[in-house]
Amino acid sequence: MEPAIAALSEQIRSAAASRTALRIRAGGTKDFYGNAPLGMVLDPRPLQGIVAYEPTELVVSVRAGTPLAELEQELAAKSQMLAFEPPHFGSDATVGGCVASGLAGPRRTASGGVRDFVLGARLLNGRGESLSFGGTVMKNVAGYDVARLLAGSLGILGVLVEISLKVLPMPVAQSTLRFETSAATALRKLNEWGGRPLPLSASAWSDSMLTVRLSGATAAVRAARDDLGGELIDDEDAMEFWRSIREQTHQFFAGDTALWRMSVPSTAPMLTAGDQLIEWGGAQRWLRTLQPTQTVRECARRAGGHATLFRGGDRSQGVFAPLPPALAAIHERLKTEFDPAGIFNPDRMFAGL
Amino acid sequence: MPFRGGSLQTDLNRQHYDCRMESARPSYSSRSLPIDRQLQLRVVGRLRDILPQRAILFREEDTSPYECDGLTLYRQQPMVVAIPETIEQVADVLKLCHAEHVPVVPRGASTGLSGSALPHAAGVLLSMAKFNRVLNVDGYARTATVQPGVRNLAISEAAAPYGLYYAPDPSSQIACTIGGNVAENSGGVHCLKYGLTVHNVLRVRGLTMQGDPVEFGGGAQDAPGLDLLAVVIGSEGMLAVTTEVTVKLVPKPQLARCIMASFADVADAGQAVASVIAAGIIPAGLEMLDQAACRLVEPFANAGYDLNAAAVLLCESDGTPAEVEEEIARMIEVLQSARATSIKVSSSEADRLRFWAGRKNAFPAAGRAAPAYYCMDGTIPRKRLGEMLKAIQEMECKYGLSCPNVFHAGDGNLHPLILFDDADPESVARAEAFGAEILEHSVRMGGTVTGEHGVGVEKLDQMCSQFDRLTLDAFSGVKRAFDPAGLLNPGKVIPTLHRCAEYGRVRVHANEVRFPDLPRF
Repeated sequence: MEPAIAALSEQIRSAAASRTALRIRAGGTKDFYGNAPLGMVLDPRPLQGIVAYEPTELVVSVRAGTPLAELEQELAAKSQMLAFEPPHFGSDATVGGCVASGLAGPRRTASGGVRDFVLGARLLNGRGESLSFGGTVMKNVAGYDVARLLAGSLGILGVLVEISLKVLPMPVAQSTLRFETSAATALRKLNEWGGRPLPLSASAWSDSMLTVRLSGATAAVRAARDDLGGELIDDEDAMEFWRSIREQTHQFFAGDTALWRMSVPSTAPMLTAGDQLIEWGGAQRWLRTLQPTQTVRECARRAGGHATLFRGGDRSQGVFAPLPPALAAIHERLKTEFDPAGIFNPDRMFAGL
Repeated sequence: MPFRGGSLQTDLNRQHYDCRMESARPSYSSRSLPIDRQLQLRVVGRLRDILPQRAILFREEDTSPYECDGLTLYRQQPMVVAIPETIEQVADVLKLCHAEHVPVVPRGASTGLSGSALPHAAGVLLSMAKFNRVLNVDGYARTATVQPGVRNLAISEAAAPYGLYYAPDPSSQIACTIGGNVAENSGGVHCLKYGLTVHNVLRVRGLTMQGDPVEFGGGAQDAPGLDLLAVVIGSEGMLAVTTEVTVKLVPKPQLARCIMASFADVADAGQAVASVIAAGIIPAGLEMLDQAACRLVEPFANAGYDLNAAAVLLCESDGTPAEVEEEIARMIEVLQSARATSIKVSSSEADRLRFWAGRKNAFPAAGRAAPAYYCMDGTIPRKRLGEMLKAIQEMECKYGLSCPNVFHAGDGNLHPLILFDDADPESVARAEAFGAEILEHSVRMGGTVTGEHGVGVEKLDQMCSQFDRLTLDAFSGVKRAFDPAGLLNPGKVIPTLHRCAEYGRVRVHANEVRFPDLPRF
């Protein structure tokens, strides 16, 4: 084991021996996400750098503590990208935090989420042992796909050491269009367009404005632009707009009112009244509301999805929708298998886990 | 005595290994592990409380059709076959088996190629064949909800009136079922662009081994908690029994066109694949056939392959007509500068289908050229395709068997077809050793022993090479988390410590002994 990994492994083993909670934290840009972090900090940033990157293989292997911005810069130099367009929420975001939080940006509906691009992962489990799942090839069904399971696992199963991600070429052409329309009409249009072979790569509705992004071959983007109409947004403004949606610097996200993330079928009708920003073709709806947790959760559940208290609000009931008993039991047993002493990020996902 | 899950596994493997070495084709089944008649009677008796008589098979003449899946080298007579007709019955069968400590092996259309659905000598084979209804196609939401026994192609057929289809298209798609696709995380020729099963399934409803209903994923694009859906897909029926699947549907491309390019050297063809990707193109399909494969399929499929080429590439573009025109032009440019010796572009849908006919008929053509063929499934980094082909050529000499190659070149997934005579035990042994060496080579090249066919029972040994013991133990931990009693499809995917120790010993001598000494266990 190389020194940086061995040191982390040692920290884990001594924490396990004394049953000391460890809070896995690098840049701290996602401290707000999930239930309140607990325990002594374990900082994976000694794990630095891109281990292997071959643009023609469409794969990059990178150490978990590497800054996300550094990785994206390397990819951009070869005209490639992380297709799930992850939010950074600050300049200190790392690749490990990006994968562990499992948060995807505007391209989610078109390209897939974080887990869709995870090909392999090295992990230190709760015994400080190094495990290696998946690999660096596109297709791999040897053993259970634990690497994908780690995307969005909030560090409860172990410390990510290295991650292999599938990358994609940047689109040749891109255009952003804007339409003035009600939420109901926007939802209808987005679902109708989703059923047609259009190069839609992002959508956002708020404040009576629907903005969509087209990405792909030059001819396809041009044809779709002519087909859909709307107001063409200047490229630089468009880039800034999509960044503000991804990084939540858009004015919708300003202020202290509780921010809920509703993940629902894209066809769900307009949800409870309240200020809303709709993304992902209708499948992700941001809601600013003072309504009680029960009401918001019930509303998402009836729509066929779930609600997460993303920022602020009353977090006493946990920020994630509770699991049904059969799933909760599987979660508890998985946790015990990977982290028998229960030291990693306790309560971060669910109280008691 | 009730059977304790897993304890028969080592014996089971030995039995299979021995029978394949010593006997010719017709006698495999007779060599499968004997059935404990007393246990059988007791389980059948209990099943009769749950299922109608027609849904329980236990006489040898009735259970024989279930003795193997698509990997016919491995056979085992099931103790009992249960064919439930309602989800409640499935749950009751699982509850009964859980209480009685009887292993359960779920089974779909049994087209799998790694023995994932190989029956258990002391277990119940749970056929999901009766669950063959498309429950709902929602054109507006672009989803379909189906029962696990619905065939892959039937989903696309049901979605066609909406201008939609289900993207993953394994070559067995006429016959294979979505339940099996979920178990194996099936791919296909278009998965570089459109993804595998895991990228195209929203929700799996199922039952745990205890018979409790569970739902993985959901109607939205994510679900709270750990992404268990990601691990259930590809778990080879070991974590839960799938009872319902909701898939994503995607708009049918308006047009698809295919380029057929010839190369004088396999290394050039490999380089061409890398160049296409480097140019920022993700083709809808990117397949390679070597000369032996072209010569094998051409008389059979009349696809028009260049028989003098060392390798032929099929490179497909789909989308709007404008998009396809643009992409085809760029592909041609790249292929030309990658030293293609000839390039043809399909000018009609019939033309395109003809190009593909050869590739899609590679397996049946292999079946004609030799008494049997053994299809391997390693995946390697794309850039090493040429090197791998050269290594396989050397192995052809070493083992005295020929091996045409077809590849999903776009994602580095190899399908070498080892031709052998399954009536000759010596030929079977050589084919097996040949296949094992290809897989070992894939791992050494930084790849994997299976890209899309699964581990099943076939690649248990090679799992020992690909993963260290700690990681294999972690797989066992995942298994325990879903199925603490270890009764659901036991003995597949994860090799035992003992097995790996034995395999390690065999491997050390593999270069000295042409056929590793028979009693390996």
